[in-house]
Amino acid sequence: MALTADDVARLAGLARLHLSEAECAALAPELDIILSSVKQVSEVARADIPLMTHALPLTNVMRADVVTPSLTPQQALAGAPAEEDGRFRVPQILGEES
Amino acid sequence: MTDYSLLTRPAHELAEMLRAGDVTSEELTSLHLEQIEATNLTLNAFLVVDADGALAAARAVDARRAAGEELGPLAGVPIAIKDNFCTRDLPTTCGSRMLEGWVPPYDATIITRLREAGLVILGKTNMDEFAMGSSTETSAFGPTRNPWDTDRIPGGSGGGSSAAVAGFLAPLAVGSDTGGSIRQPGAVTGTVGVKPTYGGVSRYGVVAMASSLDQPGPVARTVLDAALLHEVMAGHDPMDSTSINQPVPELVEAARALDVSGMRIGVVKELGGEGYDEAVEERFLAAVQLLRDAGAEVIEVSCPNFTYALSAYYLIHPAEVSSNLARFDAMRYGLRLGDDGTNGAEAVTSITRGEGFGREVKRRLIIGTHALSSGYHDQYYGSAQKVRTLVARDFDAAFELCDVLVSPTTPTPAFKIGERMNDPMAMYKADLCTIPSNLAGNAAASFPIGVSEEGLPIGLQVMAPPLKDDRLYRVGGWLELVMEETWGGALLRQMKPLPETKAVFS
Repeated sequence: MALTADDVARLAGLARLHLSEAECAALAPELDIILSSVKQVSEVARADIPLMTHALPLTNVMRADVVTPSLTPQQALAGAPAEEDGRFRVPQILGEES
Repeated sequence: MTDYSLLTRPAHELAEMLRAGDVTSEELTSLHLEQIEATNLTLNAFLVVDADGALAAARAVDARRAAGEELGPLAGVPIAIKDNFCTRDLPTTCGSRMLEGWVPPYDATIITRLREAGLVILGKTNMDEFAMGSSTETSAFGPTRNPWDTDRIPGGSGGGSSAAVAGFLAPLAVGSDTGGSIRQPGAVTGTVGVKPTYGGVSRYGVVAMASSLDQPGPVARTVLDAALLHEVMAGHDPMDSTSINQPVPELVEAARALDVSGMRIGVVKELGGEGYDEAVEERFLAAVQLLRDAGAEVIEVSCPNFTYALSAYYLIHPAEVSSNLARFDAMRYGLRLGDDGTNGAEAVTSITRGEGFGREVKRRLIIGTHALSSGYHDQYYGSAQKVRTLVARDFDAAFELCDVLVSPTTPTPAFKIGERMNDPMAMYKADLCTIPSNLAGNAAASFPIGVSEEGLPIGLQVMAPPLKDDRLYRVGGWLELVMEETWGGALLRQMKPLPETKAVFS
């Protein structure tokens, strides 16, 4: 099943990535080639093979609950695209319909 | 009188001269800044050069030395930093418009360690956008060029670091390797690149791309230089939850051992043949023969699932990317577009990402989103994770028989700029041999083994079991010694100098 420009537009929406119609149309065949090349993984992925999620066996790493030096508000805000009253200023979060 | 031959000296020799008082760090730093000034317009290896900061750091090290302070083995030696390591005094862009001009509020652990060890940071090097690429062409700030042939790529994603080291703009550099981004640039520029065991070097403050695969490592011109730098970088870091809390193996000692007799060396059958350049195979087989002549036991091993590693990687990697790059939402740092009062937060995020990310990043975000989406998750991502298990099992079986495995680092010498930009699968194949070690998390490195008929460098990859990074240096150190005997000196002497270069060999 080939990936269409509409599929790309839907996935771009999920990824919060604005793509023009022309971009979706151009990306669809490229992505289709990649996906059809990589789907060979299912040839060898038998049911009895465990998943490997990570290069190392991971364990939870804990530390003592003590206060350590951290960024000041000024440092944390230094790279912000917009700030107001010592806080990150963001566009409206709720749409008008909600 | 300025001695421009210092530019071509290995870092360990420069360190020795600094210790002996034959040269100061300030002199060395000035010299490298002069070389950067002369050649960076051509190579585009550095995105940012910090002349004032570097000179101040150099003077500080010189003062500490003059005061009789005990300094680390590389104190005073200049170094270049890939632009995905956070530096609190320099922009960190990852080669993307998304982070253009962003100065992080903190240093990566590796940066802290380099500063404490007295290394002098010259600037930040170019890379494929967010490290996605094998040629440094996807950088938003233009491609980096290979000093061996400026029409060709320096490898990627760490092409800025490899070009800087090969072009004598810096004696050392740091990189990060997710699918081959240290090793493949090393191979195509005739330099040494090492991907340590996953967890061997801290990832804290290295902008995350694919967290289960990313691993920082050293970039150098000689094996001993790489080992010295690796020892500065390595070791447990409580700020990285995947950091290994175990002693670092004796890497410098291994680089100096110069003996491979009795080592069991496996040649991976699947990493060769169709699709591999004739010169790459020839140089590789010649190097293997040298190892055999030196008393190593060479065994052919089969790792049948390596055939599927590239496919698994290009599912696991985009899946992790699509999750990690969600942080670039235009709210707390980096680019923000479309915030004109009419667009809500979600629209601003979407517009910013659409403008701020380049084509390859977009490709991988869509692939990753698809691979993780409902209905496809098991078929793609789940299957890829099973292949990862199979690749790791192939390694386990091979390491029962061998101390290390070897292969070409990449199937071809450096290709031309532009040649693979519209053919993603051809680009991805540059990482064919390097990806298995990222999937399994073991240690691997690339060492120069000669040039093709066109005079382009070729690399040999050594792969060692997790935590046995010292074996890479043992093989590499010996290879370098024997190779340089046949070449009559370092491989980089065979490079046609750039017209504007200041660097000369003594």
